[in-house]
Amino acid sequence: MNASPTASPTAATDAIQVRGVGKRFPGVIANHDVDITIRSGTVHALIGENGAGKSTLMKILYGVQKPDDGTLVVGGEEVSFGSPTDAIAHGIGMVFQHFMLADNLTVLENVVLGAEKIHGIGDAARRRIVEISTAYGFDLDPDELVEDLGVGERQRVEILKVLYRGAKIIILDEPTAVLVPQEVDALFGNLRELKAEGHTILFISHKLDEVLAIADDITVMRRGTTVGEAHPGEVTKRELAELMVGSELPTPEKTASTVTDEVQLEIEGLTLTDAFGRDLLSGIDLTIHKGEVLGIAGVEGNGQAELVETVMGMRKPTAGVIRVGGEDISDWDTRERREAGIGYIPEDRHRHGLLLDAPLWENRILGFQSREPASNGFLINRSGAREDTQRIVEEYDVRTPGIDTNSRALSGGNQQKLIVGREMSGNPVLVLAAHPTRGVDVGAQAAIWGHIKKAREEGLAVLLISADLDELIGLSDRIEVILRGRLVGEFDPQTVTPQDLGSAMTGGADEPADDQTQEDRA
Amino acid sequence: MTAVRRVLGALVAPLVAVVAAMAITSIVIMASGSSPGDFWEVILEPPADRTMVNIVNQTSMIFLSALAAAIGFRMNLFNIGVEGQYQVASYAAAVTVGAAFVPGLLNVVLGLVVAMVAGAAWAGIAGLLKVTRGVSEVISTIMLNAIAVTLVGYLLNTYGIRAGNSLRTTEIPESSQLAGFTPFLDRDGSIWTLSILAVVAGIGFSFLLNRTSFGFDLRATGASETAAVASGVKVNRMVIISMMMSGAIAGLIWMPAFFGAAHTYGSTFQFQLGFTGIAVALLGRNRPLGIVFGALLFAFLNEQSNRLTLLTDISQNVVQITQGVIVLAVVVAYEVVRRRQQAAEQNAVKRQLDAAKPSDDKAVTA
Amino acid sequence: MSTLTATPAPPTSQRAGQNYWMWLLVGLGVLVAVSAVRVITGAHEIDTPGSLRAALIATCPILMAALGGLWSERAGVVNIGLEGQMILGTWGAAYFTYYYGPWVGILGAALLGAIGGALHALATVTFGVDHIVSGVAINIIGLGASKFLAEAYFANLQGGGVRQLTGLDSPPSVTIPGLSDGAVALADQRWFVISDVASVVAAFTTRVNLMTVLCFALVGVSAYVLWKTSFGLRLRSCGENPQAAESLGVNVLLYKWVAVTTSGAMAGIGGGFLALVASSGFVTGQTNGRGYIGLAAMIFGNWRPSGILTGSLMFGYTDSLRLRSTGAIHALLLLVAIGLIAFAVWKLVKTRQTVQAIVFAVAGGLFLLWFLATDAVPREFAGMTPYLATLLVLAFASQRLRMPKADGQVYRKGSAG
Repeated sequence: MNASPTASPTAATDAIQVRGVGKRFPGVIANHDVDITIRSGTVHALIGENGAGKSTLMKILYGVQKPDDGTLVVGGEEVSFGSPTDAIAHGIGMVFQHFMLADNLTVLENVVLGAEKIHGIGDAARRRIVEISTAYGFDLDPDELVEDLGVGERQRVEILKVLYRGAKIIILDEPTAVLVPQEVDALFGNLRELKAEGHTILFISHKLDEVLAIADDITVMRRGTTVGEAHPGEVTKRELAELMVGSELPTPEKTASTVTDEVQLEIEGLTLTDAFGRDLLSGIDLTIHKGEVLGIAGVEGNGQAELVETVMGMRKPTAGVIRVGGEDISDWDTRERREAGIGYIPEDRHRHGLLLDAPLWENRILGFQSREPASNGFLINRSGAREDTQRIVEEYDVRTPGIDTNSRALSGGNQQKLIVGREMSGNPVLVLAAHPTRGVDVGAQAAIWGHIKKAREEGLAVLLISADLDELIGLSDRIEVILRGRLVGEFDPQTVTPQDLGSAMTGGADEPADDQTQEDRA
Repeated sequence: MTAVRRVLGALVAPLVAVVAAMAITSIVIMASGSSPGDFWEVILEPPADRTMVNIVNQTSMIFLSALAAAIGFRMNLFNIGVEGQYQVASYAAAVTVGAAFVPGLLNVVLGLVVAMVAGAAWAGIAGLLKVTRGVSEVISTIMLNAIAVTLVGYLLNTYGIRAGNSLRTTEIPESSQLAGFTPFLDRDGSIWTLSILAVVAGIGFSFLLNRTSFGFDLRATGASETAAVASGVKVNRMVIISMMMSGAIAGLIWMPAFFGAAHTYGSTFQFQLGFTGIAVALLGRNRPLGIVFGALLFAFLNEQSNRLTLLTDISQNVVQITQGVIVLAVVVAYEVVRRRQQAAEQNAVKRQLDAAKPSDDKAVTA
Repeated sequence: MSTLTATPAPPTSQRAGQNYWMWLLVGLGVLVAVSAVRVITGAHEIDTPGSLRAALIATCPILMAALGGLWSERAGVVNIGLEGQMILGTWGAAYFTYYYGPWVGILGAALLGAIGGALHALATVTFGVDHIVSGVAINIIGLGASKFLAEAYFANLQGGGVRQLTGLDSPPSVTIPGLSDGAVALADQRWFVISDVASVVAAFTTRVNLMTVLCFALVGVSAYVLWKTSFGLRLRSCGENPQAAESLGVNVLLYKWVAVTTSGAMAGIGGGFLALVASSGFVTGQTNGRGYIGLAAMIFGNWRPSGILTGSLMFGYTDSLRLRSTGAIHALLLLVAIGLIAFAVWKLVKTRQTVQAIVFAVAGGLFLLWFLATDAVPREFAGMTPYLATLLVLAFASQRLRMPKADGQVYRKGSAG
C-alpha cells in the first residue's frame, strides 16, 4: 500500500484547524465558537451526546454545509468549501454513519462515482480497487451489487471510496454504531494501519471505551460548541462523560420498589422471522408485573425495536403468545391493543410518534382516534382533545406558544414530553418506552424519568428500552439483556455494573460474530 | 397569530399563481400576434345569463370530480383514474336507468347507486392491486383509464343504439328525467337538479374528514403513514376504502348532466372532467372550500372563452394554457410558502420561548 | 471475516452473460410458435412484411416516450408528463418541418419536448413539487398549448387548419435493393419459418424511414451513455441515492435537470415521429395516450433499454395489428395460449413453482378455449393489450421489477449526511 508522502507525520503540522466556527439553522444554533486542532497523522476523536453539534461540524468540514462564522484551515491553508468536491480536492474523505451507497449499483460504480477522472470507470478503476482492497484485506469484489453486501462489507466499501480518492484526512461518523465487537476490532486494526501510513483520522463517537482505545487526542462537544480537550491516559471515562453532559451527570435516582405480584404483561415463546427466514426474535419469554419497570439492554439492532413493535401489533409474530392482564391479545390489532391500555413511546418519534405538520392538539388525537377524550369512537371531539392537550402542555411542561403550533416547530425534548404525556393519559396499564430520553435536553430527560417513576408507583407496568445503561440501571426494577433476538441474561440493577451489562450485551469477548448458527449464551 | 398567518399563506399562493398565469397567458397571446387586451376584455366581461347557468352546471361537475381526486390525495393516494372511473360509472348508470327497471324517481336513485358502485368497483381494482401486489396506484389508474375508454367503447359499439352518426344507450324514461331549475328565460337553459349533489358531497366530505375519527385516520395516513400505523390505523384497509370512496364520488360526476340534459350515454358525454378535477383539487389544496373556488374559476374560464372565437382572433384553447399554468404555479407557490412558514414558525417558537425563559434550559432538573 | 448480516443472496443473482443462450433459445421458440400459428390459422397477416413494417412505425413513438421515461426515472424523477411533452413535439415537428424541412423538424420536435421537460424539471427539481402533480399539470399545458399554437400558427398555412397541418415532408426512406426484393418474394411464399424470417428481413430493408432508424439508434445511444460513461453513472446515481451522489461531489440538481430535459426531448421526438412518419401531418390530440403507453412500456421493460425495446415492440405490434386485420388478432389468441402454456411448463420444470405453473396453464387454456370458441376478437381488445399487459406484469412480476431506488422522491440540495 502506498503511504501518502505529503502527510508524513511531523508533529508541527496540523491537518485541520477549526477556528470559531458557527452554524445556525432556522430556530436552532447548531454550532457556535467551535475550536479544534487536529494534528497530522493522528486519530482524533470528537465526542459528544446526540445533538451536541458533531454532525453539523462534520458536514461543515466536508463541505456539505457552509459555516456562518469562523475559519477552517486545512494543511496550513485557509479554505472555504462550497461543496464536498472542494473538500475532496483538499484530501478530506468522509465515511457517513448512514452509508452513502447506491444499493443497485456495483461496488465499482459506487467507488468511482464522482471520481471518474482518476482511473475512468472501466478496467483501470477495477484494477485499482482490487489493489486497495487486497492491500487492506478488504476482500471486496468490484462487480458485486452493494445490496448483496453485509454491513461490515459496506463500511469497507465506504472506506475504499475515500482511499480511492487519495484522501489524507478521513472523517468517520460513528463508525462503530452498526458493527458487532469483532468488526469493531477489525475496523480499529484498519484505522491503526491507515494512521501508520500517515493518514489523519477524525473519529466521531459517543462511545467512551472505543474513544479511549483508539484516539490520540480527544475533543468534547456539548450544546453546539467545543467544551474541552483531553488525552487518553490522562482522563477517566467518568471525567469525559461529565464533560459531555455538563457539570453534573444526571442519573435517575432510585426509589423504593413498587413491584406487585400481579402479572401485567406476559410473553411466551415470541418468535419473529423476516422475509429471508432469519429470526429477528426467537423464543422470547418475559413477564412484567404491575408497578414494575423491566429494562431491556442490548446493542442496537439486536431485536429491541422488533420486540416493541411486535407487542404493539405492528409486526406479526411467527409464533408465541402475548397476554396483557391475563388476556391473550396475540390476535388483536394495534388499535385494539391501544384501547386495552398499551401506551407506546416510540424510538423514532418523527416517524412513529407525531404528525409533524399537524398542530399539537391533533397530535393528541393520534393513537386515541377511538377513545375519550379525543373521540367517541365515531366523531372526533375537538374541544375534548384541545382541553386535554392544554392539560398535557401544563402538566408535562411542554414549552410551546400554544396548542395550535405544529409539532414540527417544537424542540426534540418538548416533542418527546408531549408524546410521553399523551401515552400516559387514558389510564394505561402498560407502556412500551423505547429510548424515551434519546436526543432530548437534560431538563426534559429528568422530567421524563420523573413521569415514568411516578406512573410506576401508580401501578403501571413499563417495558423500557434504552442504550443508556445508566438510565436502565437507574429506572429499572429488573434488566434483561437481548442479543441477536434472544434474551440472554437477567440482572438486578441494584448490583449490576455497566461493565457487566456491556459484556453480556456483546455475548462475552471471545465469541465468534456469526449470528446465524450461534446458540451459546453469555 | 399563527392561524392568521396560515390563512394568509393559504391565500398568497393561489393569488400569486393566478397573477402568474395571467401574465404568462398575456405573453403567449402577444407572442402569437394578438392583443391580450382583447382577451381579457372578453374573459372578464360579466357573463351572460346563459353562460351563468352553464358555469353553475360545469362548476358542480368539476367540483365533484375534484372532490373524488382530493379524497385520495388527502391520504397520499394518487388516484389519476377519476377519468376512467366516471366513464365506466356513467355508462353503467346510463344502461341501468335506460332499462327502467323501476319507475320514476326510484330509477334516479337506482342510477346514482349504480354509478357509485361502478365507480367504486373500478377504483377498487387499483386499491386492491396496491394492497395485495404493491402496484403503484399512479400507474395502475393510468392503465385503468385507458382500459375504461376501450371497454366502454366496445360495449357501446356492441350494444349501443345507432342514432345518426353515433351510438348511444337507450334514452331514459321521461319520468326519470330531471328538468332542473330555470333562473332566467327558458332559452338560457336550466341549472340541473343534481348539481345539488356537489353541495351534498362537499358537506359530507368536509364532515367526514374533519369531524369523524375515520377522517382523522385518513388524514393521519396521508401525513405520515408510519405514525398512522403506530396509532392503530390499518393502512391497507384505508387504501381500499378511500380508493373506493374516491371512485364512488367519481361515479357521480356526470350524473347532473345525464339526468338533466343528456338522458343517454353517447356523443354528448363530456370527457376530460376527470383530469380537470385533478387539476382543480391541486388548485384548491384538496379542501372543499378551495375546490369550490377552483372549480368556479375553471368553469368560468371555460365558458367565457367560448366567445373568444366569435369576438377576437384568439383561440379559446389559450385558456387551457392559463389553467395548466395556474395549477403548476399554485403547486410551486404552495411549496415555497410551506417552506417559508415552517422556518417562520420554528423561529417564532424559539423567540417566544427565549423571551419567556431567559435563563439556561437547565432550569428544570430532577 | 464473517459479518452480522450476511444477506443470503437472493435467487435472482444470475447476472452477466450466462442468460445469452437461454434468450436465443426463447427467441427461436417464439419464431417457431409464430410461424406455426400463422400456418395453422392461415392468418398470414400476423407477420407479413407489411404488418411488420406497420408495427415498426407504431413502435417508434411508444419507444421514444419510453426512452424519455427511462432518462428521467433513472435520474429519479417520475415523468408522467410524457404525454404532454409528446404533444408539444408533434406541434414542433410540424412547425419546423413546414418552414425548414423534416430534419430541422425533428430538432424542433426535440426542442418543444425539451421545453416541456424543462418545465417539469423546474417544478420538480428546483421547486421540489411532487412529481405526479407536476406531470399532470404538464399534460394539461401541453395539450392546451398545442391546440392554441396550432390555431395561432397553422390556420392560414397551406395544408393547414385550426386543428391540423398536412402535406409535411417526411424524412427520406431507404430500401436496400437486393435484400429487400428477395426477402419480400420469399415472405410471399408463406413457407414455414423461412418466410417468417424473410418477413422480418423485408420489414427492416424495405422503405425504412430514416427517422425510424434514428429512433432505434437512440435506444443504443441512450444505453451506452447511461451505462458506459461517467456522465451516465452520475445520472443514474441521482436516481438510486442522490444523497450519496451529492456527498461525492455530483451536482445532483444539475444532472436531474439534464435528465428530465433530455427526457422531454425524447418524448418530443416521439411526437414528431407521429406527425412526420406515422401519419401525413399534424393533427391536434394526435398522441392519443401514447405517452402513457410509453410509460407502460418502460415499466414493462423494467427500466432497462433492452426491456423497453421489447415492450415497445410488443405494444407497437398489437397497436398496428388492431388497425390492419381482425383475423390476425384472433390468431394471436392462439399464440398467447401457446406462450402461457410454455411458460407454465418452464415454471414447473425449472423453478418448481407448481401453483404459479397451474395458474399460467389455466390462463393458457382459457385463451385456447377463447380461440376455439370464437371467430373474431373485437378490435378494442387489441387496443387494451398494452395496458392490460402492464397491469398483469405489475401484479404478478412486481418482485422482479427494479425501479431506481430514489425514483419519485423530492430531493433537496444539502440533505446529504
